[in-house]
Order: sequence, then C-alpha cells, then structure tokens
Amino acid sequence: MDFFAEFPEMGRQDLRDFKKGIDASFREFSRTYGEAIETFFEPLLWFLVWLEKLLTNAPWPIVIIVICALAWLGSRSWKLVAGTAAAFLVIGYLGMWEDTMATLAIISVATMLCIVLGIPLGILMARSNRVQSAITPVLDIMQTIPSFVYLIPVVMLLGIGKVPGLIAVCIYAIPPIVRLTNLGIRLVDKEVLEAADAFGADYRQRLFGVQIPLALPNIFAGVNQTIMMSLAMVVIASMIGVKGLGLPVLRAISNQYLALGLLNGLAIVTLAIIFDRVSQEYGRRLQAHRQGADHG
Amino acid sequence: MAKIKIKISNLYKVFGDNPKAAMEHVRNGATKQSLLDDHRHVLGLRDINIDIPEKKIKVVMGLSGSGKSTLIRHINRLIEPTEGQVIVDGEDVLAMSQEELREFRRHKSSMVFQKFALLPHRTVAQNAAYGLTIQGIAEGEAAERAQRWIDRVGLGGFENHFPAQLSGGMQQRVGLARALATDAEILLMDEAFSALDPLIRTDMQDILLDLQEELHKTIVFITHDLDEALRIGDQIAILRDGESIQQGDPQDIILRPADDYISDFIKDINRGRVIEVRSVMAKAARASGPKLPMDTALEDALQTLASVGKDTGTVVDHDGKTIGKIDINAAITAMARPDRGTSQPRYK
Repeated sequence: MDFFAEFPEMGRQDLRDFKKGIDASFREFSRTYGEAIETFFEPLLWFLVWLEKLLTNAPWPIVIIVICALAWLGSRSWKLVAGTAAAFLVIGYLGMWEDTMATLAIISVATMLCIVLGIPLGILMARSNRVQSAITPVLDIMQTIPSFVYLIPVVMLLGIGKVPGLIAVCIYAIPPIVRLTNLGIRLVDKEVLEAADAFGADYRQRLFGVQIPLALPNIFAGVNQTIMMSLAMVVIASMIGVKGLGLPVLRAISNQYLALGLLNGLAIVTLAIIFDRVSQEYGRRLQAHRQGADHG
Repeated sequence: MAKIKIKISNLYKVFGDNPKAAMEHVRNGATKQSLLDDHRHVLGLRDINIDIPEKKIKVVMGLSGSGKSTLIRHINRLIEPTEGQVIVDGEDVLAMSQEELREFRRHKSSMVFQKFALLPHRTVAQNAAYGLTIQGIAEGEAAERAQRWIDRVGLGGFENHFPAQLSGGMQQRVGLARALATDAEILLMDEAFSALDPLIRTDMQDILLDLQEELHKTIVFITHDLDEALRIGDQIAILRDGESIQQGDPQDIILRPADDYISDFIKDINRGRVIEVRSVMAKAARASGPKLPMDTALEDALQTLASVGKDTGTVVDHDGKTIGKIDINAAITAMARPDRGTSQPRYK
C-alpha cells in the first residue's frame, strides 16, 4: 500500500545530482560563452546608454517638445498632445524626470528590438505550419513562465546590468508581436493574394505589396501590446540592475514607502496610457482606407 | 475556323490527400459521389477537353460545384492539375518553370475576379496599375498607362479613391481596368459580374462587349447565369459535376441541347431573343419577302414580317447576299418551348 500513499519519488541523491548537473553544465556554458555573448550584445548596450544619456542630458523642454511632436505625428490629435505635455510636466515636477527618461530609453530600445526580431519571426511562422507549431509552444513558455525564473540564467550568463534587463524585458514582451504578425498575415484575404499571384507577383511582391500592408493593423496591435508588456516588466527588470521608474518602486516595496511607490507606479501607468493612445490612434489612421469615409 | 489560342486536353483535377491514387478510381469509372463516399476525394474536373479560339469570348457555364472556377484557374495555373494539358500558343502552361509561369502571368494572361480582389490599401489608380508595377514598370509610367484604362471603363475622376469608397460595379470596373492595363492577350474572367446587381451587370456586359469590339482579346468567361452566357458568349461550354457536357455556339445549345439537364436549363430562356434567323432558315439562293440580316433574333424577324404582312422573309448575310428564306411558321415553332409538346424544330 505504500506505493499509493507516497509518491514514488526519484531518489534524493539522484535528484540533487540531477539539479547539480544542470547547474554545473550551465555554469560551464556561461563560463565558456559568457564573454562572447556579452561582446555580442555590446552594441545594444552602447545604444541603450547613448539614448539614456541623450534623454537625461538634453534640456527638458526640448525633450517634451520632441515627445509631443512624436505624439502629434502618431495621433494627429491636439488633445492627446496636450495631455502628453501635461503628464510629463507633472512627472518632472514630482521629481521623477530622470527615472522616467531612463525607463523611456529602455522601453524604446526593447520595443525596437522586439520589432526587429518579432516581425520576421512572425512572417516565418505565417509561411509554414511546421514553423508555427514549433514556435508557438516557445511563445507560450515565454509568456507564462514566472519572469524570475528566466532572470536566473540571464543573470548567470550576463551578470547584473542593463543588457540582461533588456533581454528579460524582450523575452516577456516579444510574444504578442510575433503572434499578431503571424495571425495578421494568415488572415490576409485569400482572394487578394490570388489576384497578386494571377498577375505574376513573386514572393517579395506578395509579402511587401500585399501581405504586410494588409496585416499592418494586426501587426500594429502587436507593437502596442509589446510596448505595454515591456512597461509592465520595468519593475522586475529593475531587480537586475535596470535604472528607471522600477527602482523606486522596488525600494518602496521593501521599505513600505506608500507615496514613493504610488507616484512611480502612476508614472509608469501614465507612460503606458500615452504610448497606448498614440499607437492605437496611429493604427486607426493606417486603416483609414477601410472605412469608406473621406470622400472627395 | 479561328485559330485555337488555348487548348485544354484530358484535364483532370482531384482534390484530396492523395489525388494520384484517387485518379485510378476515376479512370475505373468512379463518379463524383462514389469517389467522395468511398475514397474521400473530391473530383473537381473529369476529362475536360476545351478549345478556346483566339479573339473570341468563350463562356464556361455551370452551377456552383460544377468545377468552372477550378477550370479557369488551370489556365494560369493558380491550381495545379492532377493530370492533363493546357496549351497556350503551343506552349504547355503546366510544364513551365516557376519563372516562366510568372512571366506568363505577368504578360500573357490577366484575370478579373468575382469578389473584385482589389488591394484595399491602394487607390483606384494604383490598383489599375498593379499588374504593370508587378512587371517592374516604374510608378510614373505605370500610372500613365493605367490612366487610359481608368478613363476607358468610366472611372475618370475617381483615381484617388480607395476601393472601399466605391460601389460594387465601380470596383469591378477597377478590376477590369487592372486586367486590361497589362495588355495581356488572354483575359480570364471568373464570375466577374456575378456579384453585381442585374442592372449594373448588364452595364458591365455592355462595357465588355464594347471593349471586345476594338480589343479582340481571347476571353474566357465563367458564369452560372445562362442569360449572361448567351448574351456575351461566342461559344459556350457547359459544365456539370466536373464534366463538360456540351460545347457549341449559343444557337447550338438552345436548339440542340445535348441532354435533359441542358434542356431543363434552357427551358426558361427567351428563345425568341436568342435564336437567330440563320439557325431556323431554309437554305435558298432566292427568296421573297423583307430582307433580314442572318443574325436577326427571331422576335425581331417576326415583328418585321408581321409589320409588312408577309409569311416569308429573305435571309441575307453580312454582304447582303441572299442565303436562305425563313417561314413564319418555322420561326414560331422554333420559339415555342420544346417541352410543351412541340417537336424539335428542323433547321438548315
């Protein structure tokens, strides 16, 4: 009866050896390749540091003007631009300017990285069902695994710093853009694609002339999601040495500083709302041709 | 007889996981139904042999599921056949490499689709120029060449509209302009007017016939509408369950239906408007009565005869030479429905 009462576990010693084995081999791996991988990511670090310096060192009015200009280009809405300006003024007034700029820098770099990697991956997935069924479970893991768990190997490999933080953010934030690029391309009207074929379009003409333009609303929804998720990762990334709004939140959690946590948390929310509204508005404008409005 | 532009021979298409294996059953006489029930394969086309003459409109007609849309997609190989040949200008389309096929699609054939299939993010002008840009022609020149066709189909002034801003009829004009702009000799039209309102459809048929007068393209036109087939077809092929059951000119189909299926199909047709005097006349070198051009419809001929009070008319060819005579009784007999107790009319 013992068999049913107690789960037949692996032997304690075996289990310990098993775990040790994994740890040892990964440590071995990071010793051998850690440096190479670090060099590989160096340009990314330079870019991130450069952007952060640019944002923090530039006179604040200029930064606000540039941000407002971008908001205007994206949304063409004065209300949104006014809201953006007001939000940044308040953030600065409450002493969170530098942290906000640091966060802005890492979010921008993370988003760019996700776009550069995610869209081609999504295109690849849309092209073949086999690739899709191989990548989908990986994306599922990336989205569901507790972030702390993949922080461990990243930190083992690259130590504490900006780049591991950036990678952690990207792991968490890249799935939506891959998924939605794949979905968007798969949802492209078969008849329009057939027409492209019938006129002799080659692979590139199909992809860039039909599939991507028609999938753009979905791809854009993916970009929007990616931005939102990387903002959500900011606090966790700060645990492994990313500067920005996450750091004060972390400090607030460990010291029970309610106001500090609240203010920085709200600053993250504000950034999220601005990014979201601007990018959604931009996405809507991309689809203007679908509405049949704008006669003239 | 005009030169054959497209020759489709022994074409089979079986849809399913293992079409080659299913072909065995088809050759052994499996019907569409038995192939589906016993072997889980769908017979799309069975032994299609169709010649499409140069510079004519060939209509392929059939109800849904008859395989007509499958057939037209074999001509530019949007669908790969299971077996058979499609010869265009002596060249086997099915043997072409991908590269050759692309060239063929870019320059030799163009297509108009039932649901228009325009690019929603491109304007009317850009859509019309689509085939040209695919050929690699620079935007400017492509736009210039496409403009002519936009004007020709009556869409001048709408160049900067997006498809979603246009009505169905106007969208299909864009589709037509896009197909014509490449100057391809072969025009494939897949139920091109079926999605349009009856009035607009007639309009579009007029545009097409009008264009054909001057362009003389080889047109393959798919439809499920017999009136449309009779109106625009120089020749008609009728498809049922993936098989071609009759081919001929509209007169042939009406006067000599190959089987009950076709008889049933044509019974509601306005025979007086479709049948021409040449099909009902008796051959004669001399005749009395008013002169009737050979392609006069019976109902017009009867009206002419009645108005002058004659029982016979003189049928003349395009040069005005007498080729036969028509009797008022023969004309009335031909117009009456054959399934209402009248025997098949005799002609020629």
